[in-house]
Amino acid sequence: MKGDNNFRNFSVAIISTWLGIFALFAFLLVLFASFMQPDSNKIFNFHFTLSNYTTLFSSLYVIVFFKSFYIAGACTLFCILLGYPFAYILARKTSRWKDLLLLLLIIPFWTSSLIRSYAMVAILKTKGVLNNFLIHLGIIHHPLQLLFTNTAVMIGLVYNLLPFMILPLYANLEKFDNRLIEAARDLGAGKVRTFTKVILPLSLPGILAGSILVFLPAMTLFYIPDLLGGAKALLLGNLIENQFLLTHNWPLGSAISVTLTAVMGIMLVAHWLSSKNRSGEDFL
Amino acid sequence: MSDKTVVEIKGVSKSFNDQDVLKCIDLTIKHGEFLTLLGPSGCGKTTLLRMISGFEEPTNGDIYIDGKNAKGLPPHERHVHTVFQSYALFPHMTVSDNVAFGLRCNGIPENEVKPRVEEALRMVKLENFGNRKPAQLSGGQQQRVAIARAVVNRPLVLLLDEPLSSLDYRLRKTMQMELRQLQRKLGITFIFVTHDQEEALSMSDRVVVMSEGVITQIGTPRQVYEEPACLSVAKFIGEVNIFETNVSSITDGKITVNIEGMPHTYPNKHNFSVGDKALVLVRPEDVRVYDSNEVTDTSNMYRGIVEDFTYKGTTVDLMVRLDSGKVLATTEFFDEDDDSLVYTLGEKVWLHWVNGWEVILPHEG
Repeated sequence: MKGDNNFRNFSVAIISTWLGIFALFAFLLVLFASFMQPDSNKIFNFHFTLSNYTTLFSSLYVIVFFKSFYIAGACTLFCILLGYPFAYILARKTSRWKDLLLLLLIIPFWTSSLIRSYAMVAILKTKGVLNNFLIHLGIIHHPLQLLFTNTAVMIGLVYNLLPFMILPLYANLEKFDNRLIEAARDLGAGKVRTFTKVILPLSLPGILAGSILVFLPAMTLFYIPDLLGGAKALLLGNLIENQFLLTHNWPLGSAISVTLTAVMGIMLVAHWLSSKNRSGEDFL
Repeated sequence: MSDKTVVEIKGVSKSFNDQDVLKCIDLTIKHGEFLTLLGPSGCGKTTLLRMISGFEEPTNGDIYIDGKNAKGLPPHERHVHTVFQSYALFPHMTVSDNVAFGLRCNGIPENEVKPRVEEALRMVKLENFGNRKPAQLSGGQQQRVAIARAVVNRPLVLLLDEPLSSLDYRLRKTMQMELRQLQRKLGITFIFVTHDQEEALSMSDRVVVMSEGVITQIGTPRQVYEEPACLSVAKFIGEVNIFETNVSSITDGKITVNIEGMPHTYPNKHNFSVGDKALVLVRPEDVRVYDSNEVTDTSNMYRGIVEDFTYKGTTVDLMVRLDSGKVLATTEFFDEDDDSLVYTLGEKVWLHWVNGWEVILPHEG
């Protein structure tokens, strides 16, 4: 037993140290930098200021914020619309296809998502796979301008994030009690009512979990707008990337990062509170 | 109970992947009766229930509900509702919303829904629990909600799929009684599925005993217990001592068989001929056990040795090894004033049973 304890303490210590250095310490550095004055010659000036945060309220940054929310929201919606039927069918299936389909869902993770985004470029570009295919079928006669549009960014984001919606939904729907569906049918509910009154409300936690996993990364996957949207599409992630790599304004980049983290934090806490309320209600 | 037929099952069989689960079932269920489908797991009783409810279609044969062929009818068009084994209450809805679900599905106006839900909850003694969620209720209360949710729709037949199996022993006893009273009050036909023979005997008007996809006996609880139609029924319902023997002679329509070295004479109900194999079944509670100093005339008794002794509160159960080597189970009802019910292991006892209380069956197979 003592050996088990030692091993546990050791594991916990390693994980804590790792998180402490690479997550907490890094975040504290960013937090610290966000309150420093920018300096074009060095990383920052050791002078406390709130100006980085007040800058964020200028219309330019507010617009980027809202646009990011809009794109991330739309991306989440598309992922729900595409992912829900997929997860539902996957969870209801009992055949051996289920394992295969799950495997197909996970295989893309074996390749870096950056490389997969380059593959999307090859598919979407003017003389790319998709245009050639559509022309070959005779559906279109001239290649479509897909690459460097908002559509391309949306396709890229949905493609990259769809599994993060499907997997929690699948986990939720897979343990769904079939007898509830039978009970609803027995009581006279049609397919639509069974879905809207029984299946959908009970899979809401899965939808919420998937939405958080999709919505938050959707705002920050900067290389997707970079590669697929050209210079036109700007997400919060791109804004941060630009501050650090292009304009070398680390304090402003830090301030945006901290703000984004705070927004995400608030959303997670809201989710946690709502789920806590729900379960609290159940066991009163 | 009336003589009106509410469900008629004609030549129904069912197979899954070429495996016969039910073979040519014929069954007529009368309006207002409490009918139990009894059998071990895998005997097809739940499949039969699911075919009446409409979740499965028979491979062959027809089911008539209220005189109408139910072939192809979806579950909710059959005027039949099911109480599921795990209750299958909707966890995200309140008790009232659960009960109201069927009414709302059928387009009952909202001003009618409320009083009917209240009435149904009052009937199962849960009138103050309408605003709770199922998870806030005990197992017995959830069970009652499930029943209220089904009966509020005023079905012709209520199907109950082992509804008490997840409750503890005492609660089960209470619920058995409540279900019985409820059924009498409502006058709805109950088709109850269980593998618990005691439950089946104590609740039902009629018991349908099933085994390996066929009905082995249909009868009142008393009939299936006291006059089992075959060995499997006798074995499944209650404990039984089985003697294998041969018909040694027949005189005046009576057969004589030799049981563990002693001749017995019984009426020839099964058209035995001399030399036929016969089974004589004796229930443990029909066997009388005596201390050696309690009896004087032992000429028609068996001698044996107490091998095991179990005190069960209301009864004393013995395992007695006869001189022939056969071990018999006996049950005697406890009487505190009677010292003779105290036995020691290895004690010599005398036993016999009342002639006429045994069951005689032809040898199977």
